[in-house]
Amino acid sequence: MSAGNTIRRRDFMRAAAALGVGGALWKAAAPAAGATVWQIDPQKCVQCGRCATECVLSPSAVKCVHSYQICGYCDLCGGYLQPSARERDTGAENELCPVSAITRTFIEDPFFQYTIDEALCVGCGKCVKGCALFGNGSLYLQVKQDLCVHCNECAIAKACPGDAYRRIPAEQAYLLKARPAGGSGQE
Amino acid sequence: MKLLRTLTLMFAAVVVLGGLAWAEFRFPMPEFESGYEYPEMHTPPPGRTNDLWDVVLLTCALGLAAWFVLKRRSRPAVLGLTVCSLAYFGFWREGCVCPVGSIQNVAEGVLGLEVVSIAVVCFFLLPLVFALFFGRVFCAAVCPLGALQEVVAVRPVILPRAVDGVLGIVPYLYLGLTILAVATGSGYLICQYDPFVGFFRFGASLNMFLAGGVLLVTGLFIGRPYCRFLCPYGVLLGWMSRFSKWHASITPRECIQCRLCEEACPYGAINVPTPDKAPLTAKEGARKLGVILALAPVIVALGACTGLLSHTMLARIHPTVQLAQRIAGEEAGRYQGMTIESEAFRAGVQTKEELYAEAHAVRADFKWKSAVFGGFLGLVLAAMLASLSMAGRRDDYETDRQACVSCARCFPYCPVEKDEGAVAEQKT
Ligand code: SF4
Ligand code: SF4
Ligand code: SF4
Ligand code: SF4
Repeated sequence: MSAGNTIRRRDFMRAAAALGVGGALWKAAAPAAGATVWQIDPQKCVQCGRCATECVLSPSAVKCVHSYQICGYCDLCGGYLQPSARERDTGAENELCPVSAITRTFIEDPFFQYTIDEALCVGCGKCVKGCALFGNGSLYLQVKQDLCVHCNECAIAKACPGDAYRRIPAEQAYLLKARPAGGSGQE
Repeated sequence: MKLLRTLTLMFAAVVVLGGLAWAEFRFPMPEFESGYEYPEMHTPPPGRTNDLWDVVLLTCALGLAAWFVLKRRSRPAVLGLTVCSLAYFGFWREGCVCPVGSIQNVAEGVLGLEVVSIAVVCFFLLPLVFALFFGRVFCAAVCPLGALQEVVAVRPVILPRAVDGVLGIVPYLYLGLTILAVATGSGYLICQYDPFVGFFRFGASLNMFLAGGVLLVTGLFIGRPYCRFLCPYGVLLGWMSRFSKWHASITPRECIQCRLCEEACPYGAINVPTPDKAPLTAKEGARKLGVILALAPVIVALGACTGLLSHTMLARIHPTVQLAQRIAGEEAGRYQGMTIESEAFRAGVQTKEELYAEAHAVRADFKWKSAVFGGFLGLVLAAMLASLSMAGRRDDYETDRQACVSCARCFPYCPVEKDEGAVAEQKT
């Protein structure tokens, strides 16, 4: 057998091996077209505060969101005011949020709207804790997908004590709380 | 089938979440009289995720790298591409997802634990396929981790062969551990201990910055420490490269044994000639092969036993096991106070007994998987022994196909045919 033949056979083997291994892996991994993103399951979050500190970004890609639909629009907001606050006014010393990212607007008697200024929010979850303890839980944390850099393994997910992070399809990138009319609790 | 399962799961989640959300309301939602409308929630869609555009760029970069290394034989071109890759795949794309980390996604996909996207599987396969034909051109100029180390390797010293060889086992260990972690649901080790991603994003925990900094400073004197002594993907690339069709060669023509390139490789990837060694005769080769083939099952079995015996220790990489140990320790009064994890656990609905049972199940799951891990290491050891003892005589200075990252640093050292039109034809 000539050397040329051996080489050609080797090339053939190499191509076959590449095709075989690659194809088998492809088949086994069964890739799907869509990418996934990390998101927080608000029901599992225990507001530990790590979202603010563990993200590879600083400030964190996690921010507080507000589901207005389930908010009580309370005057005495558990997410807005320190539990010890004596006055229900907007003085910074009475606010729970360390960076004053929540604004309170009067709507109609006796309702107030609370709005998060995302540019300020650091995702510490203090307001979320307050709202979960004393309110309707309408304030909660979400990964803001425009800020997130989509780490292969989310650094916060690794550190999250509530195991609240999971991958979800990128087309449906949020786990929002909504008014459970007709049994649908999620948008 | 998968779709159906996902849909059922999603439906269940919706129902459960809905129920929970309902239970949580303390205050009635107001009926507004002033015609107030709820503001829109701000939920911007993802910016760029790993899309196919990156796959195209990766392919182009690999092709260019192969061309620069094999045809142009130009170190400056390779270095230029390295810097571009560092800028794009490293700093611009912030190092995620890279082929190195994609091992974990693909392993998860193969084990049926998670759905992988096409782009990620392409990221995993492309550099390997290129390595099978052109050598580790991915390492040469495309990998952001390699690129960072390549540009800092300014004063590399050459390590003794033995040190190189012994430390070279670590990547196999890392690869095995990574797969074990994925298979047992313990997380992505490569991502957690990626020393350089912090630099790409200008943000990481202090420990990771320290680790990355130490590696980079080491990298000034010891070329590519992560690549050579840690990188699990390098193992796979090395296997492919070993059988590659073409490969970077130090000399474009015949080696004239001038010894000028002897010290050229900072990565210990140049094999020196062994002219005094008697060539391996067919008979002797067959005998050695026989011995190793007989030994191999013993080594593998030993490895598997060791793995099995250390499965409780290995299981400590799993968060549930860590938590269970912490809780048990707190109960026994061995720890003062609580960690955030134990606090969250105590606030939750799961009981201690459930947690212990879960941790126990995880440990049981680690049992045979650890054995496989040990067996794999045994196999690696046997293969290393085989390649050590079977090595025949070498007459020329050659690149070590497995270890060479095709960085082209050694090319300018070779005096043969310095003039134009250098030929890249590789002698086989
Ligand atoms: S790390 Fe987890 S538990 Fe802590 S605030 Fe973030 S989502 Fe909530
Ligand atoms: S309390 Fe924390 S999470 Fe809530 S708005 Fe302020 S910074 Fe954001
Ligand atoms: S994936 Fe990365 S950027 Fe996004 S929230 Fe997690 S750590 Fe932050
Ligand atoms: S050995 Fe690993 S880290 Fe180094 S260049 Fe190759 S793939 Fe990248």
